[in-house]
Amino acid sequence: MFKFIARRLLETIPVLFIIITGSFFLMHAAPGGPFDAERRVTPEIQRNLEAHYGLNQPLHKQYTDYLARLIFHGDLGPSFKYANRTVNELIAESLPVSLQLGLWGILIAVVIGVSAGIIASLRPNTATDYIPMTLSMAGVCLPTFVLGPLLVLVFAMRLRWFNPSGWDEPSDYVLPSLTLGIYYAAYLARLTRGGMLEILSQDYIRTARAKGASETRVVLRHALRGGLLPVVSFLGPALAGIISGSFVVETIFQIPGLGRYFVTAAFNRDYTMVLGTVIFFAVLIIVFNLLVDVVQVWLNPRLRFD
Amino acid sequence: MLETEEVAKIATNDAPAPVIPDDAEAGSSLWQDAWHRLLKNRLSVLGGIVVILVALLCLSAGFIAPPPDVQNLDLHETPPSAAHWFGTDTLGRDLFSRVLHGGRISLAVGVVATLVALCIGVVYGTVSGYYGGNVDAVMMRIVDIIYALPFTIFVILLSVFFNNDQTRDRINHVLHAVFGPGVTLGSEFNIILLFAAIGAVEWLTMARIVRGQVRSLRRMDFVEAAIALGVPTRRIIFRHMIPNVLGPIVVYTTLTIPSVMLLEAFLSFLGLGVQPPNASWGVLIQEGAKSMEEFPWLLVFPGLALSITLFSFNFLGDGLRDALDPRASKD
Repeated sequence: MFKFIARRLLETIPVLFIIITGSFFLMHAAPGGPFDAERRVTPEIQRNLEAHYGLNQPLHKQYTDYLARLIFHGDLGPSFKYANRTVNELIAESLPVSLQLGLWGILIAVVIGVSAGIIASLRPNTATDYIPMTLSMAGVCLPTFVLGPLLVLVFAMRLRWFNPSGWDEPSDYVLPSLTLGIYYAAYLARLTRGGMLEILSQDYIRTARAKGASETRVVLRHALRGGLLPVVSFLGPALAGIISGSFVVETIFQIPGLGRYFVTAAFNRDYTMVLGTVIFFAVLIIVFNLLVDVVQVWLNPRLRFD
Repeated sequence: MLETEEVAKIATNDAPAPVIPDDAEAGSSLWQDAWHRLLKNRLSVLGGIVVILVALLCLSAGFIAPPPDVQNLDLHETPPSAAHWFGTDTLGRDLFSRVLHGGRISLAVGVVATLVALCIGVVYGTVSGYYGGNVDAVMMRIVDIIYALPFTIFVILLSVFFNNDQTRDRINHVLHAVFGPGVTLGSEFNIILLFAAIGAVEWLTMARIVRGQVRSLRRMDFVEAAIALGVPTRRIIFRHMIPNVLGPIVVYTTLTIPSVMLLEAFLSFLGLGVQPPNASWGVLIQEGAKSMEEFPWLLVFPGLALSITLFSFNFLGDGLRDALDPRASKD
């Protein structure tokens, strides 16, 4: 187990290095300096600005400086657009909102998705299977950026149950979390159904039934544990998806989270902010994937020999 | 089996019209089997029909719909009617026409990126699986590493770089130097460039699937025989390997197109993909969402077009998977 974790950690280093280096040079090669969109400034001011942000240094020097500050201080540098703000500050400010949104989204996905999957798997190829599975197919195909505006249209603009945007009171959390969660609920429902169907046909389930265990007990105690394995392995990629989903959801509902900052930064070509956020997301996803792998190996000892 | 067919043939000798096709005793090939299995799956057939219909409608948009950018300010924001099936938008443009023309961009983007992914993935996977050993280990390690990159975020990074008029100017500069001033890329090429780049990232799954298949084929007797007979490697790969992995390739291609289309719409919705006045379904959805309170049809029709197309592609892909690879079918 220890060896496995050590090996996975060692593998992570080159990945992170590639991401940082690749994004750094891509952003620095991207045309259109960060100050192009502003009013034309005099050459002196331009030079001073460049000196202030270290842009007058040779590229390899900028790169090693950036890397050194990042590794030793965790410093992602100043934002080009928001004067006097650092990327670290902007992330620290907006991340809690995104975390809150993401957690609600995952909660909805797991509760709705897993229960729908179990119900569908109990009587395969009947109405209780087809209806949730067709709905989930629709959920997988209905993109967040269509579903979100539709939910706003119906529940906020027509029925007036919720505010169409914002993130101030608890009722504001409902529509964004649903928009974010429904896709994963649909996906999880399919995964859970597949996993449960496989487990329910195993010998030990028959044994449990033969011993007279109640159907509820067979499903919830015996089958669910094994049937949820694919769900755990799905959680790794789900985080990456929740992050990209947050870009859309935070844009639709005007939620002041990190996703919206990232999209705005990409739109405004705030290169340092884009670079910093990419690195932050990459580290987050990679660390999370590592955790998921460890949990999986822990749940399923057969993987240890791989 | 053969006997009954012979009998049937004899029996039909005097019959007025032969009912048995010429190749009846030839048995059915793998592809014919798969075709029959596919036809039995009604949802997939429906999906396939819808995909073909949507593609035909979008391709013939120029003939069956008015031009998408003609503005008629007297007619702005009219609800759906007989003259304008999907209504008109805030500038009085016919939405039906805009949806069809937008569909062309969405479909083109899906196909371009998928083809790029297909070419890279198949070649990479075949080489890796065929040579095996250290070559395979190194090549698959690289795939694993790229796999760990956060994909959507990387795509946004690529869009900042490629979806940029100054990048196009630079490329045009090079093109002029090489081919003369006649060769210039227009604004719609930003998006093609971007999706060629996305295709260049999207090939990983294809490479993995092909590599797995090639590896198991490599140990088959007919490949051993070909090697023993001295058939050149290139010929083994193109004549013996690739036709045998065609099934999974077809399946995966069908499933990649909708995922790229979804990605395009996602980027365009965020304002990072196709830029107006070019319109894809993603752009139309974004514009529709802005004015949905008063004019909901502007959101509903493009959203429906995208969702139905994605839905159909996925059903078709699932059906193809069940038909071409019965072992991999679910439940």
